[in-house]
Amino acid sequence: MEYLKESDSIPDLRVKIGTLVLDNPVMTASGTFGYAREFEPLMNLRRLGAIIVKGISLHPRAGNPPPRIVETACGMLNAIGLQNVGVERFIKEKMEYLGNLSVPIIVNVLGDSLEEYRQITERLCHCTAVAAIEVNISCPNVKKGGVAFGTDPSMAAAVTKVVKQESTVPVIVKLSPNVTDIVAIAAAVESEGADAVSLINTLIGMAVNLKTRRPELANVIGGLSGPAIKPVALRMVYQVARAVRIPVIGIGGIETAEDALEFMLAGATAIQVGTANFINPRASEEVVEGIGDYALRENLHSIRELIGALKVG
Amino acid sequence: MIRTGAGKDPLLRRPFSIHQSIAQGQIQIYFKVVGRGTEILAHVKKGEALSVFGPLGRGFRIAEKSPACLIGGGLGIAPMLFLAKRISQVKKDCSQDLIILGGRSRSEVEPLVADFEQLGLKLACSTDDGSYEMRGYVTDVFKNHDLPADCSVYCCGPEAMMARISAMCKEHHYPCQVSVESVMACGMGACLGCSMPTKSGIYAHVCLDGPVFDAEEMVWNI
Repeated sequence: MEYLKESDSIPDLRVKIGTLVLDNPVMTASGTFGYAREFEPLMNLRRLGAIIVKGISLHPRAGNPPPRIVETACGMLNAIGLQNVGVERFIKEKMEYLGNLSVPIIVNVLGDSLEEYRQITERLCHCTAVAAIEVNISCPNVKKGGVAFGTDPSMAAAVTKVVKQESTVPVIVKLSPNVTDIVAIAAAVESEGADAVSLINTLIGMAVNLKTRRPELANVIGGLSGPAIKPVALRMVYQVARAVRIPVIGIGGIETAEDALEFMLAGATAIQVGTANFINPRASEEVVEGIGDYALRENLHSIRELIGALKVG
Repeated sequence: MIRTGAGKDPLLRRPFSIHQSIAQGQIQIYFKVVGRGTEILAHVKKGEALSVFGPLGRGFRIAEKSPACLIGGGLGIAPMLFLAKRISQVKKDCSQDLIILGGRSRSEVEPLVADFEQLGLKLACSTDDGSYEMRGYVTDVFKNHDLPADCSVYCCGPEAMMARISAMCKEHHYPCQVSVESVMACGMGACLGCSMPTKSGIYAHVCLDGPVFDAEEMVWNI
């Protein structure tokens, strides 16, 4: 019999986003994980690389009237309307719990104006529990604001500049796929000092009910997410990762470790699990486990060996 | 919340109320085929495994000392058997209690009646077309019965029916609880998809704050 000895090299799953070191590349996507506490009875939150909480604005937002969601083929459309408690209540009611989790907490922020982005960044940077800020410039659901910043390179750059000036923590800019050239937007935010980009946010879509002859969503249009968007997300991550030097965080239809690893091969340094959290509350933890298993099986010294290692041509 | 299959389409779980459950861990749901998810579910064979997540949300709160009137219309009959069983277990005196069940026609009501009859509570039924018991709506049955002044009403059914029952209860000062329906993705307060306007002006979420609400909180969309 062969003598079994303890391996001295458990694979290193750590990745770096700006100055922030994550234990593993798995995060939860904003808007799909509440304020994390909802998931505590169902999984081990401490296993995650980072938690990104629901998008926060300077003032509370009530959100859109129902119906807000509808299922489509291999995905779902949502028009939640950025419902959130506002930054003050977020800090007062959610921050203490999040701060005690010993997992990096990334706060997704959104605003209607540059000044709002500045103020909310300033407010959050006073909280020691905030490990990084993810700037939402791409949410398609609110009629004013958001959408303009994400679809124009100069406006995207302007938001990045404002947030970077104010922020004491790494700044991730979350990109909209609803643009002609996502590489141009990524390059623009990189030039203003973004520490990373995350992509993709939802693809704008709609669904029609033939019986009622009405749109399925009260907001008429909404953001498409889930496995249906994965090929589009992979393509965009691949293109952006080849064009920028900052880390790229892949998002879009990731349900399993295999999905996550494909994004890493395409160039993602880290990934976010989104819609899958709704169907399987343990999805993000299972992705962490699966990535660890893969690295072990493939004798990887570090998961970082995989980033951008796609063989093309 | 139940997944109708393991694949990516349909992707989301479907919310159901529990029709019956037993301590040995079996639950029964009563549903109608309304789309692809329920279509697939209707063809699940005995012995097949399904992923079930629950129970979730807030159910009916039983007023133990007051006479109960349970009203189920159409698929709204689904949660009423569970409630009726609980009521017959926790309430000492059920002699004044009444269950009203209604549907469009015989097939929506008659097959369910036997289970309710076992509980020994008073039962009154109606069908829209008169093919079973009284012709008319559950609201007509409700109106025709002389209910005790301290009666508590528990209701589930189409929105128009719940709106009508709520209004009648308000008139008679009966406390009324309604179990509402909504599309939802997660069932646990994460997606915020199942919003429901309330009188206080803020959106409630059916999965966490409901599905049972005090009728007085509701803003009916009819």
